[in-house]
Amino acid sequence: MSNDVIAVEGLGKRFGGVVALDGVDLSVAEGTILGLLGPNGAGKTTTVRVLTTILQPDRGHARVLGLDVVRDAERVRASIGLAGQYAAVDENLTGRENLRLIGHLTHQPRSAVRPRADELLERFSLADAADRPARTYSGGMRRRLDLAAALVHRPPVLFLDEPTTGLDPSGRSDLWGVIEELVDDGTTVLLTTQYLEEADRLAHNIVVVDHGRVIAEGTAAELKASLGNTIVEVRLADAATTRRASAHLQRVGPAEVTDDGRTVEVKVSDSGRSVMSVVRVLEDDGIEPESLLVREPTLDDVFLHLTGHTTDAPAAEAPSQEGAA
Amino acid sequence: MTATTIPLRAPTTTVSRSKAAWAVADALSVAKRNIISMMRMPQVIVLSTVQPIIFVLMFRYVFGASISVPGVRYVDYLMAGIFVQTVTFGAMNTGVGLAEDLQKGLIERFRSLAMARSAVLAGRTLADLVRNLFVVVLMVIMGFIVGFHLHTNALGLLGAVVVLLVFGLAMSWVMALVGLVTRNAEAAQAAAFPLMALLVFPSNAFVATRSMPKLLRAYANHQPVSATVNAVRALVLGGPTLGKVVVAFVWAAGIVAVFAPLAVRRYRQAA
Repeated sequence: MSNDVIAVEGLGKRFGGVVALDGVDLSVAEGTILGLLGPNGAGKTTTVRVLTTILQPDRGHARVLGLDVVRDAERVRASIGLAGQYAAVDENLTGRENLRLIGHLTHQPRSAVRPRADELLERFSLADAADRPARTYSGGMRRRLDLAAALVHRPPVLFLDEPTTGLDPSGRSDLWGVIEELVDDGTTVLLTTQYLEEADRLAHNIVVVDHGRVIAEGTAAELKASLGNTIVEVRLADAATTRRASAHLQRVGPAEVTDDGRTVEVKVSDSGRSVMSVVRVLEDDGIEPESLLVREPTLDDVFLHLTGHTTDAPAAEAPSQEGAA
Repeated sequence: MTATTIPLRAPTTTVSRSKAAWAVADALSVAKRNIISMMRMPQVIVLSTVQPIIFVLMFRYVFGASISVPGVRYVDYLMAGIFVQTVTFGAMNTGVGLAEDLQKGLIERFRSLAMARSAVLAGRTLADLVRNLFVVVLMVIMGFIVGFHLHTNALGLLGAVVVLLVFGLAMSWVMALVGLVTRNAEAAQAAAFPLMALLVFPSNAFVATRSMPKLLRAYANHQPVSATVNAVRALVLGGPTLGKVVVAFVWAAGIVAVFAPLAVRRYRQAA
């Protein structure tokens, strides 16, 4: 498609015996954010590495701005920016020196390198710290410097590999603001994240990956809708009552006991009538709930539903433990 | 974030130059970065200044008194050995630096930029060449202070410095490979030390090989550190020189011919 800035088809990659990517397809339209969502080891970083020409795929094709990432790697590199989960800056260099280095290495005109570094430092609130070695920066400042370094050559396509992992909430929302502004300016972004909240907030489209495969895609709203519209959460006094309630509530909709053993979640499609039914079932059985909550499904629910595990459990390493949990 | 909005994106222009010109420019940019970075690392400063000075003083005054070498004052014999030892161990810096860059994700960033592919390795070895020049000059000065006499002339000394730098550069490529394989600064150091020790100590750097057991002597007489020491010693002490210098250069060239392609290949795969 002509307006897809990133187009990936049947991407496969294995490392020794481990399959990292097992036929990934995705596309990102110009000026949008795609959230690549999945647990550790799902293949998010491998996808980014292939798209940023760092890694060659075993099979499949990937194009960025219509350029093949293997055959036209050099031209792809000129048009992309990469900011990673490891703040890839030289810690002994100052913020200013780091940005100027990238300016030179991206072959900007000498006269443009200094002002560009200065404006990015200003823009990312690093002007006061510009002449201090990056090792003295806080986690959030390093991430901002890392992102600024990815923007020195004004790339139209930006890859962000877990940009907010390890940041505190204020650092995270700071960075979210910057990413949103970039997209307002027309930048196309592929963002990987383990945080459903992040994908929910930023991404126009979400691709969920697990074990190197795409297991779902759509907007956050579409993914949530695929689960049924509403979840009724019933909290009970003890585990025995909870199991009993869960069995009875199956009549209303798919009911599951959550990890704490004292909550039943019922997925319903018609919230008004279903809540009435839940109350009636409980009353008939003489069960008195401690609390009753009606909520929209979160992306966490979607993820659990699709993969059978939550986002913070590693996907590949420990299937048996997850089965037991 | 500040309130002023500076456009983050706008049409960008890049300077067009030939590929070769960019390879040189990029290597120089990376080298400059490495030199600035090294000057802010206390461990590199110590490795490059205090350690060589201590070695000169220690060998001169602690061991020097009990070691004698026929035909020449020990301090004059010793200096060539210490110079070579220092550039050999100094090459570890190349491997540790590259391993650190890999570990921290910096090389990942460089590989995503439209810069010359060769620049990271070339810039690193170039920076270490500059560091070696500084260290060698410092040690020559230290040597003169503790009583070293140049038996030849300034040209001989200059030649010795060139031989040392060439050997240091060759060893940098060995260590580059070690750093890229281990991908971890501590592991690179741990892997490098025995390798370097096996080259430096069973050699003619500090003692004449005559007193060594036969097998060890055979090894000590035919390895690159000894060959380099021979050349440097001849250049500062006199005697037959040209053949020794040629042998030293052949060793250095051989090391580069083997290890540079291996390091480059490893760098390409190191993603």
